[in-house]
Amino acid sequence: MKLKSILLSTAAASLMLGSATVMVSAADGPEACEGCANEMTIVSWGGAYSASQKAAYDDPYAAATGVKIINDESSAEAVAKLRAMNEAKNVTWDVVDVVASDALRLCDEGLAEPIDGKTELAAAPDGTDADADFGVLRVNECFVPQIVYSTTFGYRTDKVGATPPTTVCDVFDLAKYPGKRALQKRPIDNMEWALYCDGVDKAEIYKVLGTDEGVARAFAKLDTIKSEVVWWTAGAETPQLLADGEVVMGSTFNGRLFSAIVEQKQPIAMLWDMQSFDLDGWIIPTGLPPERLARAKNYLKFATDTQRLADQAKYISYGPARKSSAPLVGKHATLGIEMAPHMPTDPANAGNIHTYDYGWWADNRDDLDAKFQAWLAK
Amino acid sequence: MAETVIDGKVSLSAPEILTTADGQPLKKALEIALRREKIRAVLLIAPLLAFVIFSFIIPIGYMLFRSVDNSIVGRILPNTVIEVVKWDPDVSPLPEEPVFKAMVSDLRVAVADKTHTRIGSLLNYANPGMSSLFRKSGREIRKITDDGSYKEQLIASDEGWADPETWRTIRRMAPRYTDSYFLNAVDRERRAEGITLKPENEQIYITLFVRTIVLSAAITLSCILLGYPIAYLLANLPARSSNLLIILVLLPFWTSLLVRTSAWKAILQQEGVINDLLVFSGLIDEAGRLVMINNVTGTIIAMTHILLPFMILPLYSVMKTISPSFVRAAKSMGASDWTTFWKIYFPNTIPGIGAGSILVFILAIGYYITPELVGGTQGVFISNRIAYHISYSLNWGLAAALGAILLALVLALYWAYDKVVGIDNVKLG
Repeated sequence: MKLKSILLSTAAASLMLGSATVMVSAADGPEACEGCANEMTIVSWGGAYSASQKAAYDDPYAAATGVKIINDESSAEAVAKLRAMNEAKNVTWDVVDVVASDALRLCDEGLAEPIDGKTELAAAPDGTDADADFGVLRVNECFVPQIVYSTTFGYRTDKVGATPPTTVCDVFDLAKYPGKRALQKRPIDNMEWALYCDGVDKAEIYKVLGTDEGVARAFAKLDTIKSEVVWWTAGAETPQLLADGEVVMGSTFNGRLFSAIVEQKQPIAMLWDMQSFDLDGWIIPTGLPPERLARAKNYLKFATDTQRLADQAKYISYGPARKSSAPLVGKHATLGIEMAPHMPTDPANAGNIHTYDYGWWADNRDDLDAKFQAWLAK
Repeated sequence: MAETVIDGKVSLSAPEILTTADGQPLKKALEIALRREKIRAVLLIAPLLAFVIFSFIIPIGYMLFRSVDNSIVGRILPNTVIEVVKWDPDVSPLPEEPVFKAMVSDLRVAVADKTHTRIGSLLNYANPGMSSLFRKSGREIRKITDDGSYKEQLIASDEGWADPETWRTIRRMAPRYTDSYFLNAVDRERRAEGITLKPENEQIYITLFVRTIVLSAAITLSCILLGYPIAYLLANLPARSSNLLIILVLLPFWTSLLVRTSAWKAILQQEGVINDLLVFSGLIDEAGRLVMINNVTGTIIAMTHILLPFMILPLYSVMKTISPSFVRAAKSMGASDWTTFWKIYFPNTIPGIGAGSILVFILAIGYYITPELVGGTQGVFISNRIAYHISYSLNWGLAAALGAILLALVLALYWAYDKVVGIDNVKLG
């Protein structure tokens, strides 16, 4: 619940736009970096997301420092590749964009460098140190959060009749909304939604899921729609399935739905109820030579400061992870629309959210995944 | 050779020794010449051999070794592994003070080296919850003092240390080598009462192994059925048109795998081209649209298409070498078209079918991208799980065990093929 209240206060702050015209000072560039490497490899997810990072972070950083930035789009396999690089003692990446659960794993495995939030990251304009500014979103000492995104549902407006779905439980209601649904091929989120719609109190979900009966109960709920589910693995699948009319509703990352709705003008609408918040951010791999480590830290300090995080939101509908960035979020860079209402953290969208428990999943992911796969194969 | 019989025994008289012109025994001279030949052969292939050993055999062997290697436990918890094996879980549910003392001293070193979470995530594969137990204990370890019972203090820091299952897991994982990954890979586990099947809701790998073999065989069969007529056409048309056809066969081969797989999605899905045509022509109604993707059908269709060239090309090159006079001869002696084909032509193409089948089958068994994209829940292979454990769960031990079993299966099938058809009977052209 703590995470929720912080996220909501972030969003509330964004509503007070008028009062919070934070001046961007002249010291608005990367710090000088003595004896740092002149080239760095930044790893991210590719597509519109990498483009938003390039515009908000890389281009200004390269312009100010003259560093040559090489982009790699390997974030999806980052954990395995980092482990292999570490074992081969040849780490070729300098800064890597990963989701919070992967960051937890990398930090546990000793593959990510701890970063001191007080000295190695930029303070907020009002002097609040970075750790306090990120709050609980900094899930561990290796992870510097960047954006809040959510996994949520979109539905075809022309295929749901006169009464569009309003709660996540409508996904489980085949009588009211017949047709196929797209769900992610993993237990995370799906198990929680199933229990929630089976009547489990939101605060009790992980307690129930921790028992064998709870797992059986979640599967029993999912069984009721299993025949109508299309399972996706790549975030781009659901918008495509919705656009083709293959499914009437489906879960995916909110930014994907944003571009399908706003940029491609598809007959799709968002169902924000019980959206599942998740985080994406940076880690620095361990085992870098000192000059490259210094460069990576210098970049990170710049790229995760208040203004830079707010800038990224001009290009993509993911909420900045710093509290102090929220008031600076403005309009979309090319479409010119206000971005705030499209953020998962906007109060109108975040009325009823699901906060995914990293620690719990770090313990139970492998076990539940085996059960989930066995259930799928049945 | 002269034989003499003395007292019923046969004795061989010494054979005459053959010598070369310069008086050397022939055998020795031959040996020297052959040895020189062998050294030259080895030197010629040495670069390739070294390349294969260093870039293929050693890494693969190293990776497969992970399926039994458990040395990290002993490296990070050196004192605990010595003490914990002295504890008998049947006598007392929890180990005694010396084990806890060893754990505290190992944890202190591990926390300083930041390796305690690594051991936690490893043990977590065997017992969910160990990951957070080690992470939390890493934070609490500073509070544990040397006066007072380590047992009480450690249990006070986290209740998990009072769970007998925690210590059983550590005890089970203490030896240098483990069979737990292999057991897991065949849906089994070691319990107090011995090796048992896992609970039904966790059994998955045997199903996937069987499915992988069955579907790969089905894909191979459909490749034979579709590829044979095309290869025949290619081999018997005049060069000009057969060259064009060859390009048509190879064209999809040069297109990106992902593009082809996505194209199949667009064609086969319920709102896709085929269903639209069927509905438009009135063969099926709107409600009866066929489900041809995200299931076994989708996997077989897409994989057959992708692997078809591997069947057609060996078949074509074998058919090219079959002399047309065989067929003419059979016909001139009164054989019907069918008899000519079945008795004369077909047996000659078996080496091509063999080569194509081996190629297609082995490629199919290791595929994972296409089944992942079009296979839904019923059309995914064992390789999808291997990929998952390599890239996401980081359980490389289990991935290595699954890979080793898959390799053994392929070798066994290869051996069976050799026994039944004969590997000499395989021709690529």
